[in-house]
Amino acid sequence: MSADRTAAPNEPAVVAHHLAKEFSLRHARSLKETAMWLAKGRRQDISNRFRALEDLSVTIRPGESVALVGLNGSGKSTFLKLVSGVMSPDGGSLRVNGRVAGLIEVGAGFHPDLTGRDNVYLNGAILGMTKEEIDRKFDQIVAFSEIEQFIDTEVKFYSSGMYLRLAFAVAVFTDPDIFIIDEILSVGDEPFQRKSLGRVKQLSEEGKTLLVVSHDFDVVRKVCARGVWIEHGRVRGDGPIDEVIAQFRAEERD
Amino acid sequence: MAGPTVVRHPSPGTGLPAVFRQRYLLKLLVDKELQIRYRGTVLGLLWSYVKPGIQFVVFYVALGIFLGLERGMENYAVYLFSGIILINFFSESFGNAARSIVANASLIKKIYLPRQMFPVASVWVAGVHLLPQLVVMLVAALVVGWSPTWISLLAIPTALLVVGLLGTGLGLLFGAANVFFRDAENFVDLIVMVSTWSAPVLYAWTMVRDVLGPVWFAGFMLNPLTVAVELSHAAFWLPTTTPGAHEVPPHLFSLWTPVALLVVTLIMLLGDLTFRRLEGRFAQEL
Repeated sequence: MSADRTAAPNEPAVVAHHLAKEFSLRHARSLKETAMWLAKGRRQDISNRFRALEDLSVTIRPGESVALVGLNGSGKSTFLKLVSGVMSPDGGSLRVNGRVAGLIEVGAGFHPDLTGRDNVYLNGAILGMTKEEIDRKFDQIVAFSEIEQFIDTEVKFYSSGMYLRLAFAVAVFTDPDIFIIDEILSVGDEPFQRKSLGRVKQLSEEGKTLLVVSHDFDVVRKVCARGVWIEHGRVRGDGPIDEVIAQFRAEERD
Repeated sequence: MAGPTVVRHPSPGTGLPAVFRQRYLLKLLVDKELQIRYRGTVLGLLWSYVKPGIQFVVFYVALGIFLGLERGMENYAVYLFSGIILINFFSESFGNAARSIVANASLIKKIYLPRQMFPVASVWVAGVHLLPQLVVMLVAALVVGWSPTWISLLAIPTALLVVGLLGTGLGLLFGAANVFFRDAENFVDLIVMVSTWSAPVLYAWTMVRDVLGPVWFAGFMLNPLTVAVELSHAAFWLPTTTPGAHEVPPHLFSLWTPVALLVVTLIMLLGDLTFRRLEGRFAQEL
């Protein structure tokens, strides 16, 4: 593997500095609206905008496991999308040091008409793995998902549990430096959840940086050491996970 | 506020170069498209032969026999088919590339990968579908006595290159525009329809020259599709005709082919530039 594919050592994994991101709520689509939009110099009304991230600054060191805590719409997922590169910020700066892989919505890259085997390769490559990497990890992935005998069946015939297990297994065996986990730790039945939690903890022990969004605080406590509480697109609290969750809960009770 | 900055240490790469660095993913995406295109059909890949075959028969009967074009031109069937396969390649690559970004919205919204991957994959898929048509073309040309020269053999890959680059460039341009204004898809259909008639596929270039005169004819030759179709005629049809009876447009190889390559390269650069400028907003607009 060439040198430019590895993270620089001794540097933070993620540095966000006054990060801002806004969305327009209404989209001009008719001829008249488009003409107005062009006439106004392609500016949108302020009332049409929603700032998902206001001014977010946070530094995450390599190997840290960080839970993002906050209500729906506070900007957690937007932040993860900026880190993964799916979206770009509108203000501030972001430094990401290391390869990023996301376990966002398991199975996003799966195609129902392909076999389990083909999907493992396709999804692995989408998540940034080379053919050799997938070849090497294929057996582990299949064993982890526990669907050995169905691997050459088209995934449209899978049960929803099998589908999710295979997708999770592919994602969890990619080898990035920074793992983004958005609301997917509750995949499959109880034993599989325990197994996936174990695998995520193992990744953390191997020195991977974890960024986790989950409303299930029991899960978050088991995986993450640090909590970052985000409210209205700003960092409201930052510290050991138990303290941050306590703060957050105290606030929500009022 | 200062403009936003994003620095990534192992740079994931953007644009067309990143697509070629991740050739394995590109190959898998092309394989996927090919596999699912004819899923559940009995004829499978045979459809790649059937559709252009029927199209050819319809044109041949209507234009060649009813309209009498066959009487004015030797091997009109070969003439017709060698142009049709290129227009098919263009309309499939351009049409699918322009729709590829919206079609892959669920992926683009969730995972980062070079988004140029999707239009480029569409062009390759169209290229694979062209292969059986090329085989049919070769067989047909051989049947009517094909005796190619080196130049006519070289004309085949050149014509494919011109059309492939044109499809990629326009596909990037309209694929990106389609995210913001779905009107783009309708423009694509219009362009494809016009392109079938804008190039000398169904008629001969000499008819155009006689009507337009030399100056406007030069404008006609600026269309890269015209050059590609004439290259295809030079490759497949001309070597089957009586020597000296027919000819391709003057300066086809020395002037118009380089001009066409230049034009499609500029369109590619324009498409790539537009795509790069707009792709940052794909995920939130889709």
